[in-house]
Amino acid sequence: MNSANYKRWTISAIAFIALILIWEVAVKGLGLFEYILPPPSEVLKYIWGSTLDGTLPSAILVTMKRLLLGYAIGLCIGIPTGMLCSRFNIFQDTVGLLALGLQALPSVCWVPLAIMWFGQTESAMLFVVVMGTVWSMILATEHGVRNIPPIYLRAASTMGSKGMHTWIHVILPASFPSILGGMKQGWAFAWRSLMAAEIYVTILTGFGLGQLLHYGRELMEMNQVIGVMCIVILIGLIVDKVLFSPLEAHLRKKWGISKD
Amino acid sequence: MSVHAELQNVTAKLSVKNVNKTFDSAQGKVEALKDINLRVEEGEFVCLVGPSGCGKSTLLNLIAGLDKPDSGEILVDDIPVTGPGRDRMVMFQEHALFPWLDVFNNVLFGLKLKPNLTDPERKEVAKFYLHLVGLDKFAKASIHELSGGMRQRVALARSLAPNPRVLLMDETFGALDALTREQLYGELQQIWQKRKKTIIFVTHNIREAVCLGDRVILFSPHPGRIVQEFDIPLPRLRDINDPALTSHASMITAALKQHIGAKEIAE
Repeated sequence: MNSANYKRWTISAIAFIALILIWEVAVKGLGLFEYILPPPSEVLKYIWGSTLDGTLPSAILVTMKRLLLGYAIGLCIGIPTGMLCSRFNIFQDTVGLLALGLQALPSVCWVPLAIMWFGQTESAMLFVVVMGTVWSMILATEHGVRNIPPIYLRAASTMGSKGMHTWIHVILPASFPSILGGMKQGWAFAWRSLMAAEIYVTILTGFGLGQLLHYGRELMEMNQVIGVMCIVILIGLIVDKVLFSPLEAHLRKKWGISKD
Repeated sequence: MSVHAELQNVTAKLSVKNVNKTFDSAQGKVEALKDINLRVEEGEFVCLVGPSGCGKSTLLNLIAGLDKPDSGEILVDDIPVTGPGRDRMVMFQEHALFPWLDVFNNVLFGLKLKPNLTDPERKEVAKFYLHLVGLDKFAKASIHELSGGMRQRVALARSLAPNPRVLLMDETFGALDALTREQLYGELQQIWQKRKKTIIFVTHNIREAVCLGDRVILFSPHPGRIVQEFDIPLPRLRDINDPALTSHASMITAALKQHIGAKEIAE
């Protein structure tokens, strides 16, 4: 890390610590917003306490399981379907068009239907996450495959590549930048819609983060509400750093896209 | 098959017989190639020159098997071309290297598709060709880290690696700066002498054609056809700046002007 970067980090850190301190002093010391805003120390106390008694870790586990499983299903359906759409016009003019339309639908709109179809079950949660992921994946894959420079395919075919070999070793890696864009968008949609679904519906087989948020409100536990919100933000950031940043760094290194 | 056998020089003769090709365009049918007849001997270096639209690249694609002629046939060692094949490798104007693979794996790509070789043998062959183009040190580099000239060297290594009998080059040096190009003329001639491929090289640069070719085939456009052939009996290695090239080049240029001029008058 060079000195300019170091300086910027320091400024960010000071600003946020100051904000938290002011908040703490304002609520605890001066008694401002006493009933509507818990002080940071209370929020931390909640996070610490619920971590120790296991409610928070188990909620994170339940939510992440739904999210990752639904996301994986969405990718497994979306990428091959997108490829079919790019290859066969009959798919593009049917499934592709459907994807274009449904992608415009905020994925939280699937929640009522999911409950009517699946009841208050894990399947309903999964369904919402899959719907959040799959349409963006189809569109991104289809777009990526269609925009592969034709010269890659010509070069590959002169070297004897054809059929499945071309799909796996040329088309898939060549469209990866676009697919990664779709994965990021699909992830964002899935994460948001799952939170909405969990707040909206109580699933008895497992309490997720959304449900903790919901019950925090029911019980007027402001520190719980804000504590869970912090965890949700944290998970979003971590996934971005753990899952997507390495893939993007890899792309930059290999392809030389957007140097910074 | 051993690496030694794999690295043997192989070459092929090629014949193009009465080939015609038309394309549909917005302006109607375009006769890209009309009555093309051409024989290329084993290990010969032939350059196809002509202005754009004369069908020289179309002919190259037909020989590569990337496209099919409307009529006529193309034979490689008396066997008709029906599609792309490992015996005929193509180098394009853009390098067409795969950015998701490093240099070494780009060279390895075609070899992996070649049966009867073990993986260590394939790697050894890839190393051999990377060494041939002088890029051993860049095996692990990403494509975007290389200069234009280095990319075309990798593309050359990739095309040579499956040991084709015929190498088809489509304005391969067209996008490079003049200095790099001059350097590659020398390298290509040296490699051709070592590897003894039959090479068909498409260009619109007449001096380049004279520098590289044993024979220069002149095309004229609308319809694309062969108008004249020139033998270039100069000794190798030739330098692009050698004054001896000039008389050949100006003869071809004059012939080209005459053919285009005569047609414009006729029209």
